[in-house]
Amino acid sequence: MTDPVLDIRNLKVDFATRRGTAHVLDDVSFSVAPGELLAIVGESGCGKSMTALSVLGLIPSPPGKVVGGSILFQGRDLTKLRPSEMRKIRGGDIAMIFQEPMTSLNPVFTCGEQIAEAVRLHQKVSPRAAFARAVDMLRAVGIPEPELRARAYPHQLSGGMRQRVMIAMALSCEPKLLIADEPTTALDVTVQAQIFGLLDELRQKTGTAIVLITHDMGAVAEMADKVAVMYAGRVIERGPADAVLDDPGHPYTRGLLASIPRVDADPDTDLPEIPGIVPALTDLGRGCAFAPRCPLAVDACHAAQPRHVAMTGDHSAACIQLEPREVPA
Amino acid sequence: MFRRILRQLLYAAALILAVLVLNFLLIQLAPGDPAEVIAGEMGGASAEVMAAIRQQYGLDKPLLTQLGLYLGRALQGDLGMSYFYNRPVVDLILSRLGPTMLLVATALGFALIVGTRLGMLASRNPRGIASALVTVLSLVGYSAPVFWTGLMLVILFGATIPLFPIAGMIDVVKQGGLLSRVLDIAHHLVLPALTLGLVYLAQYSRLTRASMLEVLGADYIRTARAKGVSERQVFGRHAFRNALLPVVTVAGMQFGAIISGAVLVETVFSWPGLGTLAFQSILARDYPTVLGILFFSTLIVIIANLLTDFVSRLLDPRLAGGR
Repeated sequence: MTDPVLDIRNLKVDFATRRGTAHVLDDVSFSVAPGELLAIVGESGCGKSMTALSVLGLIPSPPGKVVGGSILFQGRDLTKLRPSEMRKIRGGDIAMIFQEPMTSLNPVFTCGEQIAEAVRLHQKVSPRAAFARAVDMLRAVGIPEPELRARAYPHQLSGGMRQRVMIAMALSCEPKLLIADEPTTALDVTVQAQIFGLLDELRQKTGTAIVLITHDMGAVAEMADKVAVMYAGRVIERGPADAVLDDPGHPYTRGLLASIPRVDADPDTDLPEIPGIVPALTDLGRGCAFAPRCPLAVDACHAAQPRHVAMTGDHSAACIQLEPREVPA
Repeated sequence: MFRRILRQLLYAAALILAVLVLNFLLIQLAPGDPAEVIAGEMGGASAEVMAAIRQQYGLDKPLLTQLGLYLGRALQGDLGMSYFYNRPVVDLILSRLGPTMLLVATALGFALIVGTRLGMLASRNPRGIASALVTVLSLVGYSAPVFWTGLMLVILFGATIPLFPIAGMIDVVKQGGLLSRVLDIAHHLVLPALTLGLVYLAQYSRLTRASMLEVLGADYIRTARAKGVSERQVFGRHAFRNALLPVVTVAGMQFGAIISGAVLVETVFSWPGLGTLAFQSILARDYPTVLGILFFSTLIVIIANLLTDFVSRLLDPRLAGGR
């Protein structure tokens, strides 16, 4: 097994809020190897995007602060780098694409200029060469007439095209790691499939590791090598995609998978849902954050944070039900 | 592009015509008889002389005829003779336009450059000292009337610390070449331009700060940071240009207000511009001159608006339209 590109260990991020300290990320650990695609899934507000922003050192600070753990990127701990060192990594070795292609590009610069800027920030090339590189990248992400589009302003392109421009920009410096934060949420279904296809193709071509944050379980099943399920700032289950999807260990993961609409389901039965809402991150109890909504919760769930229990191989989940019980005599 | 410009020019022409008519009628409604003023200047006159004056200036004709004659001449670039200065109005205004434009342009340039810079500085740390300073300064600058600020500056720099001249545009006793004349004018320009500019500087710094804070929260700023752009460049390149758009729009709209502000400032500082001329012409009921000044101010405002439109399109490609 190759060394992981990204290895996050016990990451803790706190946010100071008016209602006290919010533990936005607590004991988050996972790793990604070169060419691998890790999917992070979970409800809104569970810390997926915050994990991504932490890796790039872009959490708004104040109020946010990394209070513990490490983010090892190619062996270097990103949490300990100086701002200038971090800037070199951002957009160079680690690139990111965002949810909102409609607003993620600067309206006053052409698409080509914006890609060329990324190139020039990380490579010593002439403006002309950088622009030529931008055109090449636009071609690589499947934009027709790239020479023309490079001179277009963002408002002249559709949402799908803009997301392709974002991807072209992210990949222009051949990053070792690409973080895609719900890259298809704002797009049409047909365009979603194209974008996912493009990401998968580029990963296989360039060997870039991808962290994909998504709601789309279909995409996870199709593309992901590994999955991390997050709930209330914690990774509650992680492992190879097949194992997690076929044999989920955590009741939350099971609920999440059960609530995906299926074409072959009986149209008269209601879609199962997980009752309740995600708890406020400022007043998490001592116990399992999912316990108040969990159909299997017992008293012990509210008492202490469950540990990750290995299931098969790398597959583990943090649920008390999986812990070996003392068999009564 | 070409058709849009043509359309805008047509609108501008229609607007100018409307302004000419309205101003003419408005002035007729004002109390006072110019013939009496002219006669007064002559040290009194008999009824025959009064009639002669009325005839000479066309004041005895019906109102509509007067309007028709005025418009007809105006279209030929003749705005009549000044009753008071006894010179063609156009010559009179052109000789005063330069100083006013110099004053207005300096004040506006100063307000725009310093104001937007201050606003940007304040937005770097919205709870910092610079930000608080901008807020207080802009409140003071905005609420202090121009003539009050002017008088305070006159007292401060005229009496307490006599650094700058407080009246006129040139020193009449000074002799010298072109350079020393330019420096002399610049020296005289400091206080009036500062007075006129401070109000707008206050507004622009406030506006830039608010606009920057909004833009800095935009998704594309996060994108810029994510690709490794330095904070300096994030502020100066990615955010500033977007934040400038509302400032340019407001500055363009305010151009007319700045010119009317110049009337007060010129009066306080005896600046030999259109404002002083307007003030004196109104007192003297010198209608042709007042009308001429109104006409020229309208023209300047229209040109300023066309320019603003052009600059906005230059800054924001979304306004430029088309592919």
